[in-house]
Amino acid sequence: MSVSPGIMPTSDESAELRAGSELARDHRGEFDRGHGHALPAGAKGFFTDTTVCIGCKACEVACKQWNQLPDDGFVFTGTSYDNTGDLGSSTWRHVAFIERPGAHPTTGFADMSWFEGDDAPSAPVAFGPDPQGGGDFSWLMLSDVCKHCVHAGCLDVCPTGAIIRTEYESVYIQPDVCNGCGMCVPACPFGVVDRREEDGRAWKCTLCYDRQRDGLEPACAKACPTDSIVFGDIDDLRAIAEERVATLHERGVDSAYLYGADAASQPGTQGLNAFFLLTDAPEVYNLPPDPVDPTHAVGAAWRSALVAGAAMVVAVAGAVLSAAGARR
Amino acid sequence: MPGLGTSFGRGGATSFQQDLANSDCIVIEGSNMAECHPVGFQWVMEAKRRGATIIHVDPRFTRTSAVSDLHVPLRAGTDIAFLGGLIRHVLENERYFRDYVVNYTNAATIISDEFRDTEDLDGLFSGWDEDDAQYDPSSWQYRGAADVGAAAGKRSMYAGEPEAPRGEDITDVERDETLQDPRCVFQLLRRHFSRYTPEMVADVCGIDEELFLRVADALTENSGPDRTSAFCYAVGWTQHTVGVQYIRTASILQLLLGNMGRPGGGIMALRGHASIQGSTDIPTLFNILPGYLPMPQASKHTSLADYIMTSGQGAGWWANFDRYIVSLLKAYFGDAATADNDFCFDHLPRLTGDHSHMTTVTEMEDGAVEGYFLMGENPVVGSMHGALHRAAARKLTWCVVRDFAPTESAEFWRTGPEFDRDEVRPEDCDTEVFFFPCAAHTEKEGTFTNTQRLLQWREKALDPPGDARSELHFMFHLGRRMKALYADSADPKDRPILDLTWDYPTVGEHEEPDAEAVLKEINGWHVTEGRFLEGEPVDLFTDLEADGSTAAGCWIYSGVYAGGVNQANRRRPWHEQHWVAPEWGWAWPDNRRILYNRASADPDGRPWSERKRYVWWDEESGRWTGHDQPDFMATRPPSYRPDAGATGVDSISGTDPFIMQGDGKGWLFAPTGLLDGPLPTHYEPQESPVENLLYPQQANPSRIEWVRRDNPYHRAFDDPRFPYVLTTYRLTEHHTAGGMSRWVSWLSELMPELFCEVSPELAAERSLVNGDWATITTARGEIECRVLVTPRMRPIRVGKRRGRTIHQIGLPYHWAYLGLVTGDNVNELIGFVADPNVSIQESKALTGDIQPGRRSRGRRVVTSGPLVRALPDGNGGARDLAPVDRGKEPDEHGHRTGQRQRREDT
Repeated sequence: MSVSPGIMPTSDESAELRAGSELARDHRGEFDRGHGHALPAGAKGFFTDTTVCIGCKACEVACKQWNQLPDDGFVFTGTSYDNTGDLGSSTWRHVAFIERPGAHPTTGFADMSWFEGDDAPSAPVAFGPDPQGGGDFSWLMLSDVCKHCVHAGCLDVCPTGAIIRTEYESVYIQPDVCNGCGMCVPACPFGVVDRREEDGRAWKCTLCYDRQRDGLEPACAKACPTDSIVFGDIDDLRAIAEERVATLHERGVDSAYLYGADAASQPGTQGLNAFFLLTDAPEVYNLPPDPVDPTHAVGAAWRSALVAGAAMVVAVAGAVLSAAGARR
Repeated sequence: MPGLGTSFGRGGATSFQQDLANSDCIVIEGSNMAECHPVGFQWVMEAKRRGATIIHVDPRFTRTSAVSDLHVPLRAGTDIAFLGGLIRHVLENERYFRDYVVNYTNAATIISDEFRDTEDLDGLFSGWDEDDAQYDPSSWQYRGAADVGAAAGKRSMYAGEPEAPRGEDITDVERDETLQDPRCVFQLLRRHFSRYTPEMVADVCGIDEELFLRVADALTENSGPDRTSAFCYAVGWTQHTVGVQYIRTASILQLLLGNMGRPGGGIMALRGHASIQGSTDIPTLFNILPGYLPMPQASKHTSLADYIMTSGQGAGWWANFDRYIVSLLKAYFGDAATADNDFCFDHLPRLTGDHSHMTTVTEMEDGAVEGYFLMGENPVVGSMHGALHRAAARKLTWCVVRDFAPTESAEFWRTGPEFDRDEVRPEDCDTEVFFFPCAAHTEKEGTFTNTQRLLQWREKALDPPGDARSELHFMFHLGRRMKALYADSADPKDRPILDLTWDYPTVGEHEEPDAEAVLKEINGWHVTEGRFLEGEPVDLFTDLEADGSTAAGCWIYSGVYAGGVNQANRRRPWHEQHWVAPEWGWAWPDNRRILYNRASADPDGRPWSERKRYVWWDEESGRWTGHDQPDFMATRPPSYRPDAGATGVDSISGTDPFIMQGDGKGWLFAPTGLLDGPLPTHYEPQESPVENLLYPQQANPSRIEWVRRDNPYHRAFDDPRFPYVLTTYRLTEHHTAGGMSRWVSWLSELMPELFCEVSPELAAERSLVNGDWATITTARGEIECRVLVTPRMRPIRVGKRRGRTIHQIGLPYHWAYLGLVTGDNVNELIGFVADPNVSIQESKALTGDIQPGRRSRGRRVVTSGPLVRALPDGNGGARDLAPVDRGKEPDEHGHRTGQRQRREDT
């Protein structure tokens, strides 16, 4: 027996194993290889799969560390394992913990398609503990973040141009331009944007613009141990997400769906560049069921105002004319 | 880890976490893996993505349970009953992997006619010596072979000294491969576990039979030639008075199911820190030397030959013991170590008794310990009975603490509730405390040996600030100064210091020793006289010799510097090589990632199935080959059979996958090596709400107690003062005793205050309000904490007809009196009581009381006197062996039951 640096099977075998490996696609590696060069422009975003989130909060800590954000104070909230409450000016990733009565969405059957032979196991495989397993309630976890809406209210209302859309289609607040007017805060249908008390300026997730410029994926996605947070090209993410939903449906988790993946399903924002896979109603995760960018209807509002104005003019003119006629 | 060590041969995780992705079923028990090992948990989630069933067995519904397919909420401290039930299920329903069991385990081996089981002796095994409160294991031996040795654990139990190397007559062992002989291990096992019926499991553990059977079905359906199941455990199993036997129970189950040594199988021992595995391999323990060589004992080991005779083996891989100890002595003492002077064997310190953690602390409290080094440890918070630690430390003359910040263990002379209560004043403490700031892991180079025996080299990213230095720097310069201090001494007792090899090259203005040189010393090299560390590094432990021509600091690490290359520093990602990733870091032994992997092939050397192909015999090349480095003699064919009378490595047959074991088999029955029995037996914790339903013997008879005024125990069961079960644990957001997290704002804000987790039912029973305060009390102390009421905690119904409701209280233990976030110290509730094999405390199951509000006045029994009224019936009618005295003179530091064998006359 002796050690050599490469002790593994023959090269043929290795190649075969590499090709046939079932291991998860390592989403992280793809980006780090480009280290030092900015990622190519084009829509980038997050796909957050809540069904594999383990609530470790590595995303929250990685975000705070990379962006050097202050703590939110040391307050025990008594709300499950959540002591940071919600997204805010110094919390740009926030993990929600929902202790929900009732069994986890669905019990299904494991994917046994790869299994050949007659004795394929038939044991039902629950997706999350079921009532017999002591799971007559469930503990859902979701890592929330700025959605980087395709139609972003905050961006539309910003009077100074501090909020811009980057070459990665993310929504970015330029801290050196922001004057702290606060218009963006109520304009966000998700309550993401928040002003910091000390300086009055608005802050939120930057989709790690600085890291992307250096060819790195955002800190939260890098830190996520289970790939619940996946970063990438929006088109790729949609494909991964749809495949995941299909897999879950095959296994009997009928309740799985995508939240904000496109304009069709979320017209109020024209879709989100940070979208989610959920297994219950959005409200359960503290997400709005039908978010609407408040400027979404501005065009229509002006149009209807114009129409109303014109009608008014016509009506008034008509009235004047008819009055004049009456006098005749 | 003698649980794994005695069962399989080595005290380390048998597999690697990436391989969990290949599992068809993963049982996580005694571990909250998602919270405590979130990075490794990605492979569990990957298995789940592929369709594996994930089962979490735990008193609490945790973040692990939340993503598991099944959560089994059992009563804390009943895992042997649960796993024993599974063993019985597997045996009685013939769901075991017969070919595997017959060939690879000691199921067929016949046990001595003297052996009596717990079935015969009301919960005790034969050999119990009531006066000494310990077992004589001679009746547990194999019939035919006088003295088979254990590959780990207590290799020399007190039953006497061998006259020939242990196990030399191993080929005389009698076997019945039909498994019918009533004295064969298989039949003894059946009988032993026969009372662990599903009904009994339900009554003891407090879970529904149906749920138990679902686990049994998932496990058995996912084990066999085509499928494998894995177990993951952590300190939820070890921190009990029967902790080692918990792991033994899982080992037996995994052997019966044929899951050992195979991809997707095994037992993953999850270690709690970055290099805890490393700190047992190259130990910070009192009773072993590097590479699991036992520490010599004062009365027995008068010569190197005696020591090798007692500690080595006549059969199996440990027959090479002499090579490893001689090479270690050559590494320690260099040219001074020669064949003529027993290679300076007499320079090694000798054990005179038990010097484990709790024993040392009680001796300290009694004034028998002068000085104390604390490095990378905050025992006042992390260990049990913190108030006793503080009181003990105040009796020291000096104490050295190396940490990032002055921790509670450095501030014992002025911080703690006893100071707030004016029971102790700082000016009355004479201890001189030296605090040294230490370098963080990014500020020093070296290796971590992680939970899967993987050594990974880390670079120094930046210089440590100010006076902060690495441990390596500290120890090296301390040693150098000591050598200078004794340089002129002619006193023979100072020879070990003078002869110690200590000439490591240094770099930089602070003379930091070269960590790679230390790694080379650990690896071993071919000795050139007069030149320390010069000479070719050895390629593997098979190069080591017993004649002094080689030196090695830790034989199991030999190979980490093979070819003069730092193998631990290899970083090729798996997707650029192979899913086993042999070129990422280096795993002991011999870069083998799955141990005992010869068992992944059938007796003829062919894979059990295509799907679970891993290591197999290649007839053409005459070698074992496959995806991993074979954990077997590379060219020994499956057809090899030892001749009668064969000894040493020659005694291992071509079908014996467990090469460290004297008989090459996985031990369903451990004929030696464990102080509390050859088979696991359900005993209740030291403090339990209920009587032991299975046996008249309440608790582990061999457990170690410290019967002292400052260490009171509750009644063994049904103590009306302490009606609830307490169980302690960690959270993802903090690091153990908090030294690395309570000073960091980003972690502290995530979990800012100490809290307890209680069920809505218990909250109603005791008027506890979510977010409000509660006081928790044991006989050792009282603490206050916030209340988190959650349906994740649930009352458990136990007992005959499940008529008794038990409430369990969850207590994370990260907080104490210093740092950004402070709170009471949970471990001050826990007394000193230990598993006999490893001296580990029982912090996962004890009893206590809870009351609403901030009633705690910070009392501690150590400084405040008794906290609770005594029960009218004295010791409380505990149904157990009468404790301790038994006519013996009380020990200087308190009575102890069990473990007398550790205490020698000196």
